[in-house]
Amino acid sequence: MTTLSPVRAVFRAVVCTVAPEAAQLDEEGWRELEALVEVALRGRPAAMLRQLRWFLVAIQWLSVFRYGRPFTALRPDQRARVLSRLQDHPLELIRCGFWGIRTLALLGFYGRAEAVRAIGYAADPRGWSLPR
Amino acid sequence: MIRRSYDIVVVGSGAGGGAVAEELSPLCRQGARIAVLEKGPKLRDEEFTGRELEMAQALYEDGGGFLTAERTMTLAFGCAYGGSTAVYTGTSLLPPQRILERWNVPELAYSDVEQRARKYAAENNVHFLENGLLNENNRLFVDGCRALNYRVQQFPVNLRGCRGSSLCNLGCPNQAKQGTDRVQLPRAEQNGVEVVTRCEALRIGEKTLFARVHEKPAGGKGEPSAWEPGEYQIDAKAIVVCAGAVNSPALLIRSGLARRLPRLGHGFTCHPAIIMVAEHNRPITNFVGHPKSFYLYQFAESDRFLLETCMYFPFTTAKSIAGFGEEHSRFMRAFPRLQMILVLACDQVDAHNRVTIDPLGRPVVHYRFTPEVMRGLVRGAVTSAKIFFAAGAVRVHLPIAQSFTIQRADAGRLDQIAAHPDFKPGKLPISAAHLQGGCAMGRGPADSVTDAYGHVHGIPWLFVADSSLFPDSLEINPYLTIMALADRVAETIRKEAHQLL
Repeated sequence: MTTLSPVRAVFRAVVCTVAPEAAQLDEEGWRELEALVEVALRGRPAAMLRQLRWFLVAIQWLSVFRYGRPFTALRPDQRARVLSRLQDHPLELIRCGFWGIRTLALLGFYGRAEAVRAIGYAADPRGWSLPR
Repeated sequence: MIRRSYDIVVVGSGAGGGAVAEELSPLCRQGARIAVLEKGPKLRDEEFTGRELEMAQALYEDGGGFLTAERTMTLAFGCAYGGSTAVYTGTSLLPPQRILERWNVPELAYSDVEQRARKYAAENNVHFLENGLLNENNRLFVDGCRALNYRVQQFPVNLRGCRGSSLCNLGCPNQAKQGTDRVQLPRAEQNGVEVVTRCEALRIGEKTLFARVHEKPAGGKGEPSAWEPGEYQIDAKAIVVCAGAVNSPALLIRSGLARRLPRLGHGFTCHPAIIMVAEHNRPITNFVGHPKSFYLYQFAESDRFLLETCMYFPFTTAKSIAGFGEEHSRFMRAFPRLQMILVLACDQVDAHNRVTIDPLGRPVVHYRFTPEVMRGLVRGAVTSAKIFFAAGAVRVHLPIAQSFTIQRADAGRLDQIAAHPDFKPGKLPISAAHLQGGCAMGRGPADSVTDAYGHVHGIPWLFVADSSLFPDSLEINPYLTIMALADRVAETIRKEAHQLL
């Protein structure tokens, strides 16, 4: 079992809210994204990984209180409102939790060569000598 | 437990460890046995690919995402042959006189530190990059500063044959940056110093050091260690700790020295930083060319911030842009049109900010943002926004504002925004790479960990020689100052060699 496997659906929903282009990913793209996240989490303390899963579970079910449906069943604008509340939450602990999830979502998405190409980033070891 | 014996063991191979290794290496010709223990790997030249995540995993502690205890800031520091000099941009500034005078360390004369820093500037080929090699990301910073009558300055850099890959922070793929991995360590090895990579220092006992050599992970980068994987006890007549401002204090705390050295781990500073981005209405050269060629220092003393040009990679940029969703993506899609500025706060020693260890002995960095640091970051962010607009940017990402995107038409509201910033730790992406303090120099155990020559108080065979020696923030890029202090420590060891060895 990987860190993300028990919370895969909600993690993917969060990624699509953080980086809307992720909604276009096919299954192979998602596998690549999640593999990058798993590598980044390798060696992190077990307690941190538990907190990460707990935070994703909380995102999924706290949405029920506000919208009557879990996070994964919300429209994109509703999901964005849920995440905005976490980002601006009065408790630093909650803001930091969201910041961690957001960072992992961005790492997975922008860590992929396809996303790098799509935004036009083309740094190259040859630097100035590469014809552009 | 495998047992080894050396005359001198140096822990860490960055700016401090590399300088110490080179300076002590002539002793090898007189028969001394010297080893440098480096926790990270040594990569082969062809392994520097410039690919962001794989290089960050290979060269940085925790892949560059070492979190503070409060989880409101990430710390980036190298974990490789050459330490952080493998991943810095090579900016080479002499120590500011006013700072060394403020440190007020007995027997630490500014002129002595400056002279030694100049020695390393010469040794590492420090010079100003020629005009033709400056990219638009840097030129626009100069244009903006000049339009506002700011006193912009060019960074001296330690490059040799820079091709402008812009990948300095991922390890130069062209071996152009003259860090200790390219200059001091190879010279030390030539003179007979042994460098043992993948070797993690666990704790120090009486003239002995316990270490663990790690196996090269499957699929990982770098050469295997020269030593077999396993647990080691290494006897040494002198030990020089140069593991950086996080790992040096942590090693000494793990070694049971906190009781006799109550200041151990205290006094941690790091120049907390935010990355500012702005969009121009045309592509600019940004991911080609040296990324960090200019800086603005004039506000360091008055407003507690420093600005530097910078250019980061897709994931680092993405995590540094606050918020999420379409507004965030729009800046990312504009990458070829982005200009970037790094805002660094000139923090000062605070009682809360320190290094400790967790129950497993791993370092824990406690850091809270003082009101002064928050003010410095806010003023720095707003000053950056003014520079961006003065340089022609059409919109700016201002992470300290309620609404992150500021259009050019709203540039006149910047001072108003600065008066009511939305500074929320945990919401604002903050990182730091200038880690300092934790084993400060000073008068005695009541106020410090070492004397002005890196001697740990009360332990004549134990020395510290890295940025953890700083009694307070340096307020500029620190590596030449680290090397200068390490040079003093090495000279002291050479002078005391007849007693120590």
